[in-house]
Amino acid sequence: MVSQAFDEMDGPEQRGRPQYELVREWLNQSTSELLAHKIKEAELLFRRVGITFAVYTEGGDPERLIPFDIVPRVLDSDEWDSLARGLEQRVRALNAFLRDVYHEREIIKAGHIPASLIDNNEGFLEIMRGVNVPGDVYTHVAGIDMVRVGPEEFYVLEDNCRTPSGVSYMLENREVMMRLFPELFADHPIEPIGHYPEELHSSLSSLAPLNCSGTPTVVLLTPGVYNSAYYEHTFLADEMGIELVEGVDLLVENDIVFMRTTEGLKRVDVIYRRIDDDFLDPKVFRPDSALGVPGIIDAYRAGNVTLANAPGAGIADDKAVYVYVPEMVRFYLGEEPILKNVPTYQCSKPEDLAYVLDHLGELVVKAVHGSGGFGMLVGPAATREQLEEFAAKLKARPADYIAQPTLALSTCPTFVNAGIAPRHVDLRPFVLVGQEVKIVPGGLTRVALKEGSLVVNSSQGGGTKDTWVVSRRGAQSQSQGQGGQTQSQNGQSQNQTMGHSFMSGGADA
Amino acid sequence: MLSRTASCLYWLGRYVERISYVARLLEVAQRMSAMTSTGAMTEWRSALIASGGEPAFLERHTTVDAVAIIDFLARDKTYPSSLVSSLEAARHNARTVRGAITVDMWDAINGAWLESRALSDRDFSRGYLSQTLDWFKMRATLFNGAHSNTMLRSDAFFFVSLGIFNERADNTARILDVKYHVLLPSYEQVGGGLDYGHWTAILRAVSAQRAYHLLYKDRVKPWNVAELMLLRPEAPRSLRSCYHQITTNLDLLNGHYSSRGGECHRLAGELHARLRYGRIEDIFQRGLHEFLTEYIDRNIDLGKEIETFYFN
Repeated sequence: MVSQAFDEMDGPEQRGRPQYELVREWLNQSTSELLAHKIKEAELLFRRVGITFAVYTEGGDPERLIPFDIVPRVLDSDEWDSLARGLEQRVRALNAFLRDVYHEREIIKAGHIPASLIDNNEGFLEIMRGVNVPGDVYTHVAGIDMVRVGPEEFYVLEDNCRTPSGVSYMLENREVMMRLFPELFADHPIEPIGHYPEELHSSLSSLAPLNCSGTPTVVLLTPGVYNSAYYEHTFLADEMGIELVEGVDLLVENDIVFMRTTEGLKRVDVIYRRIDDDFLDPKVFRPDSALGVPGIIDAYRAGNVTLANAPGAGIADDKAVYVYVPEMVRFYLGEEPILKNVPTYQCSKPEDLAYVLDHLGELVVKAVHGSGGFGMLVGPAATREQLEEFAAKLKARPADYIAQPTLALSTCPTFVNAGIAPRHVDLRPFVLVGQEVKIVPGGLTRVALKEGSLVVNSSQGGGTKDTWVVSRRGAQSQSQGQGGQTQSQNGQSQNQTMGHSFMSGGADA
Repeated sequence: MLSRTASCLYWLGRYVERISYVARLLEVAQRMSAMTSTGAMTEWRSALIASGGEPAFLERHTTVDAVAIIDFLARDKTYPSSLVSSLEAARHNARTVRGAITVDMWDAINGAWLESRALSDRDFSRGYLSQTLDWFKMRATLFNGAHSNTMLRSDAFFFVSLGIFNERADNTARILDVKYHVLLPSYEQVGGGLDYGHWTAILRAVSAQRAYHLLYKDRVKPWNVAELMLLRPEAPRSLRSCYHQITTNLDLLNGHYSSRGGECHRLAGELHARLRYGRIEDIFQRGLHEFLTEYIDRNIDLGKEIETFYFN
């Protein structure tokens, strides 16, 4: 069963963790009326930005906004630095694995990963075999889902190497927090994140095809207005100052990709595509796809265009392959993995399967190829019937499933009807891979708003929070601040300067 | 700019303008029908004919009466030029090019769309129709204001403007043509009270009644009304004003793209010149209806040429 969860503000034995000192003060000083008022204001702001945020289904019914919680989630720079090092290491290994698995397959030859796991995997794309991609980068934008169970204990829950979404929420949450509580940003040296689109753009540009001369033309390829992440696509294209294109806007001539513009055809060098592999090219994948661009894969294989993320990158975030990521870090980088995997039972192994069937009520069981919480069983929350049903599925197709212990996800103070109360959270930082690896300090914190719930998915009552990385300067002024009033005044004027540079940074982005 | 983006911006402009036009058209019919008690429905029917929607209407309805025509022009979702469909299409285009328009423009169109979802049967009944039409016109005006006050003067702005004025040119011609289709009852004389009333209704529908009196200082006469709506540069909805805007925006696009232009530029220039130098006497001599029909057709040609030049 779930043991007592680690609370990120209170810490073990309710001692109170210094990272949250200022948030705690702020919460103590703010009456619940004020907070309730600010929440209303936040809702209005989101409706406004959010009118665009909300996605409307074809039937015309507005989808609910994803609830936003006003209490930020805080990490200090030490926590973040170690996370960031681990993320960079992990994503480097994932890219090295992708390069290897589509070329020499050293890791299989060395016996670290069974060939059957790759060759029988629908995430593996035969057409990518032997294709050389710019910079050997396959996953240009990776979203790594992390959970925390103790002060020093972070686990990677899953890697998203295809087209991870959610970064617009990270950015909009910050935007709304800054409008609601400008004084908090004046008092806290919070690492800015507003330059993410700029970093993304330069990261993508740095991996333009070799034969691209001059400034590369980067575009974002969207499935269109009916896609649930369409707002994010428009938001990112807008912030990067690039064209948001649909399949119909592109065409391929002599293996070169062009977009149709009011001034005629214009060559495209880098495509940040937010449509799935299957729909990319009707000549290669689903012939019925109207979303893709016929011939784009030929252009890609000819080295005339960069696709980000690369087709076939999904083999690296397969849940059965996940188990081997620590092994990848050791094999390709010769380092010990900084980030831990959740202990995982591979149901394809008879002894693991037996254990899983015996302990089904305590475990989380996931379908290997599924994503987004489909085909998932949370043992402690399941009914008898559900357990029995899943046991039958496991016995029928054991290789399709993995199982993990139910983790006690850390909790964070969250504004709920009854006031401020702890709720479980996870974290998705976004890792950008160009010529170098860049990680904007922060990520998307998702929170399970229902008491005791461990499910943070927005489709099941999850919300989001702004995620703060408080910089080292803050840590100093904080320790100084304990001394007395003068010190904290110092801290304040320093922070105000911070605030200004942050604002201009935001405007440039 | 992407051709598809340009096309969406252009159609965004057109559909918003169409909202305003269909509302005005229904208003004309409403006013004209209030002047007679023949119950012949000729006023409603004339609005329908002038809108160009009669064939589509007859596919859906067997009886031609006010209720059916209001239903068709105001809120038939299967008729692409109804008020409700135009708003839907405008919003769809706006959403597709969300990044290319301003927050104010988006708010204007999306706000209208959200509110329109609450419109009920009552809002489209004869008693409440005027109020509802005013609401549609107001929302279109709000969008026009946001467009002209908040948008960077660049190609995106020129394309929206082009859409607005290309549509308005068509609409002005059609509203004026309503008069041609209204049959006066046999006991009424051309130039009589009812005839006079009809011309007044048309003036009011294009918000030009006061402008008429300021410019002509005379009782309402057909050739003056026609001159005001076709040839006067002072009237913002006149055909000439529309073509002035169309040629201006096409020239601005040429400047923006350092292009020499194409057939759309030539055709717009020709149509504009005829309005600048034309005389209302000559138009009446050749026949007003014939003149309007020709302009409506040439305006459609112009739309096609713009499409060929920029959107393909």
